[in-house]
Amino acid sequence: MTAPRGRVARSHRRRDRVLDNLFVVGTGAAVGVVVSFVAAISYLLVVQSLPTIRLFGYRYLFGVEWNAPASIFGAEPIIVGTLITSAIALLIGVPISLGIAMFLSEEAPGWLRTPLAALVELLAAVPSVVYGLWGLLVLVPIMQNQVNPDLAATLGRVPGIGPWFQLEPSGGTDLVTAGVILSVMVIPTISAISREAMSAVPRSQREAALAIGATRWETTRTAVLPYASSGIFGAIILGLGRALGETMAVTMTVGNHINGLPTSLLGQGQTIASAIANELNNTAYPLERTALIEAGLVLLLVTLLVNVVARLFVRRVFRGGETPS
Amino acid sequence: MKTRTRTRRKVTDLTVRLLMIGCVAIALIPLASILETTAVQGGRVISWHFLTSAEPIPCTITNATPTCSYGGIFPAIEGSFIMLGVAALIAMPLGILAGIYLAEFGQHRWGRLASFIVDVLSGVPSIVVGLFVYSLFYILAANPEDVYSAFSGSIALVVIMLPVVVRTTEESLRLVPRSVREAAAALGIPRYKATIRIVLPTGGAAVVTGGILAVARAGGEAAPLLLTALGNRLGFIGFNHPAEAMPPLIYQWGTSGYGNWVADAWGMALVLILIMLSLSLTARLILARRARLIGGSA
Repeated sequence: MTAPRGRVARSHRRRDRVLDNLFVVGTGAAVGVVVSFVAAISYLLVVQSLPTIRLFGYRYLFGVEWNAPASIFGAEPIIVGTLITSAIALLIGVPISLGIAMFLSEEAPGWLRTPLAALVELLAAVPSVVYGLWGLLVLVPIMQNQVNPDLAATLGRVPGIGPWFQLEPSGGTDLVTAGVILSVMVIPTISAISREAMSAVPRSQREAALAIGATRWETTRTAVLPYASSGIFGAIILGLGRALGETMAVTMTVGNHINGLPTSLLGQGQTIASAIANELNNTAYPLERTALIEAGLVLLLVTLLVNVVARLFVRRVFRGGETPS
Repeated sequence: MKTRTRTRRKVTDLTVRLLMIGCVAIALIPLASILETTAVQGGRVISWHFLTSAEPIPCTITNATPTCSYGGIFPAIEGSFIMLGVAALIAMPLGILAGIYLAEFGQHRWGRLASFIVDVLSGVPSIVVGLFVYSLFYILAANPEDVYSAFSGSIALVVIMLPVVVRTTEESLRLVPRSVREAAAALGIPRYKATIRIVLPTGGAAVVTGGILAVARAGGEAAPLLLTALGNRLGFIGFNHPAEAMPPLIYQWGTSGYGNWVADAWGMALVLILIMLSLSLTARLILARRARLIGGSA
């Protein structure tokens, strides 16, 4: 009687062990598939852009002319356009986001925190194409009639930076307008992660500062911000990553002028993402197709770098914050 | 002297606080403006007829008859739902399995690296994802017209959804207390069975939330669909044909310059925002309820 029962138990145990191993291998394979997408994306974009890489080499990055019929492709204007719009986005978005994060983490009364945070996060739930539509029909007229002339009349007169603020016939779709929209779009990312970094600062830090008579703001400045700085830095870099790759909202507001370097921030421009969205489906030239894919490759490499750096910073903070002391 | 510095410090404190409140207000202005404009402009065109009819022809100067504005967005709604559904059917099982591995067996260096790469994948711009799937189908397709299809659109959405599903599954399973796994192990329940029957249901609500969030994120994406599904006035006519979807059509109509198309783009934006908001609200409610449950039992 005991022998067969033992055999059954043994065979059950063996079956369980086999299934356990299968489970680990199966779920591990799923991880492999997900992870391999990053490699597959990089590989395919490299392979597809080989013709232009071979033809132009590094000159592709520094050429200022984009002329498909003549087979001349220089990506500097769209790279510069991407950097300018993202820089404007951070210039406006970072102070606002940090103000929000500090308010929600340090100042706001408890009952106000959750609803306010949810409202700010709503900004992230609005699809980017809706930002574009709003930008095109609400923001563009404001920029054209009000903000751009004001900028030209003030900053445009400042020696040195003046030339960057000369009015151009952009119709309100220009680099500044795209940058302003992007600045709204990076707010939820930067403010949420900075706020988490600030909330991870131990209570004792604040209490120590308050105990020696610091005001609320002095506490935040001396005890909270230094402690959270690396997380805040990571948050800003993550916001940069979002701004660099944003497509629809920019495409609808940046003016889409692909040829030649931008001469004024109030003039039309083009970013890598908007160039791809605009041109790829319409091009009749195989070489322009590969040139656009190479632009996508440049964007991918930059955003990968930005994301790796950002995650390293953000992770370090939270790992540091989690360790019990 | 002493009092004066103290007053100055108090004034600084107050000023900074006001500045912070100003920052919150500044951020909420565009949000309010976007929601208000969409509600007002979209509210004008939205109707049952609008949701269920074929697309209108554009009102041009030569064709400014009242009939040219007669139509709706059914092809876009249909296409969006089909492509999102197929994408979720692929991304959910794959992402949940990967999340299970990372949470249950990923405590080694490679597991952490994989988890990091998933984070990085979520940072890849959606236009690059579209470019990737476009290139993939460009290589595979027999002739250039086959590059654009509902199927390639679905695949692009899968790549967008995957990191969201993996991340939320992993995080929610990590929240399941160790003691649950230990109790299962003590009863002699094999690991796979314990994971599927005990750990997964315990974190289940959050896993579902991950799926909802993934659909919400992918549902608003226009850029990847622009390069893959392309668009199709006729609606959905098979997975190997181009398909319409709401986000790219909002772009197309919003920038078209035709009065009725721009008005309809706002209607579509309202529909899209309402769907997105209800999805993320549902996800939030599930998470909040779960947080209360876990908090109560701890």
